[in-house]
Amino acid sequence: MRSRSFLAVAAVALWGVVTGPSRAYAAEADDLSRWTDIRPMVFGGAAIADGAGIIALDTPVRAEDAAIVPITIQALVPQNPDRYIAKLSLIIDENPSPLVAVFHLSPLNGSATISTRVRVNDYTNIRAVAELSDGKLVMVSRYVKAAGGCSAPAGKDMQAAMARLGKMKMILPEKILPGQPAVYQLLLSHPNNSGLQFDQMTRNYIPAHYVKSIQVTFDGKPVLMVESNISISEDPSFHFSWMADRSGSFEVKAVDSQEKVFTGAFPVTVSSGS
Amino acid sequence: MRLPMALFIMIWSIMLTLDARAQPMSIEQIAPGIYLHSGKQEDAFPYNRGDIANLGFIVGKSGVAVIDTGGSPFLGDQLKQAIRSVTDLPIKYVINTHVHPDHILGDSAFTDQDAVFVGSARLPGAMQGRGPFYLNRLPQNVGPDDAKGAAIVLPTQVVDGETSLDLGDRTIVLKSWPTAHTDNDLTVWDPATKTLWASDLLFVNRIPVLDGNLSGWLSDLDGLAAIPASQVVPGHGPLVTEWPAGLADQRRYLTILRDEVRAVIARHGTMEQAMDGVGQGEKGKWLLFGLYNRRNVSAAFAELEWE
Repeated sequence: MRSRSFLAVAAVALWGVVTGPSRAYAAEADDLSRWTDIRPMVFGGAAIADGAGIIALDTPVRAEDAAIVPITIQALVPQNPDRYIAKLSLIIDENPSPLVAVFHLSPLNGSATISTRVRVNDYTNIRAVAELSDGKLVMVSRYVKAAGGCSAPAGKDMQAAMARLGKMKMILPEKILPGQPAVYQLLLSHPNNSGLQFDQMTRNYIPAHYVKSIQVTFDGKPVLMVESNISISEDPSFHFSWMADRSGSFEVKAVDSQEKVFTGAFPVTVSSGS
Repeated sequence: MRLPMALFIMIWSIMLTLDARAQPMSIEQIAPGIYLHSGKQEDAFPYNRGDIANLGFIVGKSGVAVIDTGGSPFLGDQLKQAIRSVTDLPIKYVINTHVHPDHILGDSAFTDQDAVFVGSARLPGAMQGRGPFYLNRLPQNVGPDDAKGAAIVLPTQVVDGETSLDLGDRTIVLKSWPTAHTDNDLTVWDPATKTLWASDLLFVNRIPVLDGNLSGWLSDLDGLAAIPASQVVPGHGPLVTEWPAGLADQRRYLTILRDEVRAVIARHGTMEQAMDGVGQGEKGKWLLFGLYNRRNVSAAFAELEWE
């Protein structure tokens, strides 16, 4: 069901890419035309309330580099077993593939705050939609000025990128106390190619080669599941929270669009007591 | 008496426009047979026609090597006319020092010259990956008229290491470098006059742009410093005649970039925090600092996170 909606949204959006260049202006902040197409494909007819007080979006007003735009979806409420953010959907209206990522979370995260870096293809609204544990949907959005992220030049050092393909890094917080949420960062080396670049030698589009999913567990317990696509920047980076109650190991499994699987294991030592 | 005056002004304006089109690019001879056109220290806009990079050519006894062709076919054509104002010798080589559009989009003005297009062995890949994006953006950067006819011209001769080109009683040496400003940087060395054409491996007065690898660029500076040049042509900015002293400012900026970003990473700071704080002490020292420093920081951060 989920992958179908990704495909459907991508199809609608590709149509947008084909007709895109004929538009003489970039989307204005109050331009909802793309959102009215995207919304039913992802959320059906479900009601979506204002997310103020529950989540907030941290985005630059103007991106310095449209291919690496750092953003944060801030959770303003803690993850409690009786009420928590189960899912965060990140949408960039004017991107060729607007449903950028879906993050699956649980009470054990402590906080649902997620940071990542995205490609932004045009001046656009960026939206975060949270699905709460009771099924309620809430949304916040911000307008970002950037252009060309998805079709922007391929990485800075193509040979080095392919040589490092699949390498993973987990950056641990300085101190990890039991039962306290702490912030971790997962880095995965991958070109995350958008497939929108044209190879003049072969006269073909360079095939998309991007990370489709990332699964993080801790001693077998689900920590974070990410479904992603070409709108995530090269070398996908995710900051997330986790409440460890004892020492153990993170395990990461990432799958890309060529069905390549990358794995990593990262032991974590939890301090005893405060 | 007003009508003749209006007529005069009209004719004069038309002649001015025609004059601008017909005029060859302004060049100066910086050494016997080596000519330099200095680009403006600005970002590309229609009002400056994208003329923002240093370009030039070297004349031997039997032919000419062009070094970079400018940001549009119009500029490439102006450069061609500048060459013709100096020599009738055939243009044997068109060298692209790296993939950036302000250096290569005049190439299509030279495809009628029977010249060999030369670049780094990694230039073709870079041109394929970036070419369509640069061509797409050209009309907004130089205006729709100047962008007409722009095309990517792939090199037919590539350099992986060092290659010598013979211009007739004058040999120039081309060298490809480990990833620095880009992953396809090339320099040109004229031993006869000890002139090093460093292109964008060296920025003077204008903020260096990081679009390759920061650690690699810092390491390449040592190799550049070791070349016994009496003058060095940067990709942007005035000719440097004190060498290797002329490298000091750029080395300082790149070192600060590296050290300050490493410090943010070490204290678990974010990319956004780095972009806000890193390099602020360099603010008054570089043209276009406000346009490029934060971007350099984000590139450096994404690179150094992997250390």
